[in-house]
Amino acid sequence: MYNASDLRKGLKIMIDGDPYIINEFEFNKPGKGQAHYRCKMRNLTTGNSAERTYRSGDKFEPAPLEERTMQFLYSQGSEFHFMDTKDFEQIVLDAGHLGDNAHFLVDNMEVEVLFFKGQPMDVTLPIFVNLTVTQADPWAKGDTSGTDTKPVTVETGYILQVPPFVSEGDRIQIDTRTGTYVTRVK
Amino acid sequence: MGKSSLLWRRAAVIQAVRRFFQEHAYLEVDTPVRLPCLIPEACIEPEEASGWYLQTSPEICMKRLLSAGIPRLFQICKCFRRHERGARHLPEFTMLEWYRSEADYTDLMTECEALFAFLAEAQDQREVVVGEGRVGLAAPWERLTVAEAFSRFAPIPLAEAMAQGLFDEIFIQHVEPRLGWERPCLLHDYPAAMGALARLRADNLEVAERFELYVGGLELANGFSELTDADEQRARLLADQATIRTQGREPGPMPERFLTDLANLPRSAGIALGLDRLVMLFTGAQSIDRVVAFTPDSL
Repeated sequence: MYNASDLRKGLKIMIDGDPYIINEFEFNKPGKGQAHYRCKMRNLTTGNSAERTYRSGDKFEPAPLEERTMQFLYSQGSEFHFMDTKDFEQIVLDAGHLGDNAHFLVDNMEVEVLFFKGQPMDVTLPIFVNLTVTQADPWAKGDTSGTDTKPVTVETGYILQVPPFVSEGDRIQIDTRTGTYVTRVK
Repeated sequence: MGKSSLLWRRAAVIQAVRRFFQEHAYLEVDTPVRLPCLIPEACIEPEEASGWYLQTSPEICMKRLLSAGIPRLFQICKCFRRHERGARHLPEFTMLEWYRSEADYTDLMTECEALFAFLAEAQDQREVVVGEGRVGLAAPWERLTVAEAFSRFAPIPLAEAMAQGLFDEIFIQHVEPRLGWERPCLLHDYPAAMGALARLRADNLEVAERFELYVGGLELANGFSELTDADEQRARLLADQATIRTQGREPGPMPERFLTDLANLPRSAGIALGLDRLVMLFTGAQSIDRVVAFTPDSL
């Protein structure tokens, strides 16, 4: 059982019989008042988004999800194909189920696929992934605009802010929980 | 702004705050952070520390000093509140708290204007940036009663929100985000039930002499005309202890020495201001994480 104070991004809970994952989470509390937790979440079964506000004292059942380690094979359009490396069973997840996770999948990556009542629902990614920068504007030396980041595109098509010294072809580490740049890797 | 510039700005704000209170004849104190008992509060959960508690605010010790005859005092200290974590909350944060005898909450409202004028001068900054907006700091600020704020911004009047137990919910969703955008807003005269440690208005027992300061929807400070009636205070604390028990929590012991000293508390007013949030305002930082050296997650 979770309490409202356990709510955080990525937590998976049951609401009205469906498993949900919390995508965005905002804590608010007047100094002398009750804590409120505004959650944007995704129904893992339908892929639909929902927004709800909970109060301190609210309780939640953890979503009973089963995890299986699988390998990401390839994507075709909005379909993402995975394979269990032990029994070679293949499954397909669509982009709607993967949400932001689709930004960080590269061929042959091992992930945990989450099943609810035998159906694949979502994946759990490694916290850090390394991706190759496919498009970056060169850094104009002497740029005095004061900005200390620039946008680049990585191999999955995802766009993020990085320090100006990152250039095309570099490998960078990304934190999949926040989608943000961590470091440049060799 | 990088972390190092933000920490320089933070230090500058804190140093200016100290100068303001020194120039206004306030004694700076530093009282113990770990205490055997706290003021029981229904919506604030303290951190236990070897059988005692880490303070959720320094009010017990500061009011005892006020009772002992120090007429003006201020403190900048760490406070701890369990589970409070968000873009504007840290479970360990820095509080600026000050008390003044022979004063009431309207004097403190005026003093808040003076403090901000002093800081604006020291920082050479007449307005602050909050999200997409800019708020000028010049006095006079807007003074709005809680009832007026509800009739202006909320879908139902204050009395109805109170009757349905929806005050906080409606306040957070409809009222708070709209306070203090044209100029800072002093929201005052809370329903008596939300008086906490504030005196009730002599001319209207329905409301307590309590106010909060909002700038660009950000709650910065909470002030009271201090309640000096020990019996009334004990009754309110007992009610809060009962509420805490209904939440399945165990309230700590009653702050007996504080209640005893209350008999000597002069007519006075006190206010607590979130210093990290003050730094957020003067730096335009959108998250409290930006204005502290470390967050719990980075330790």
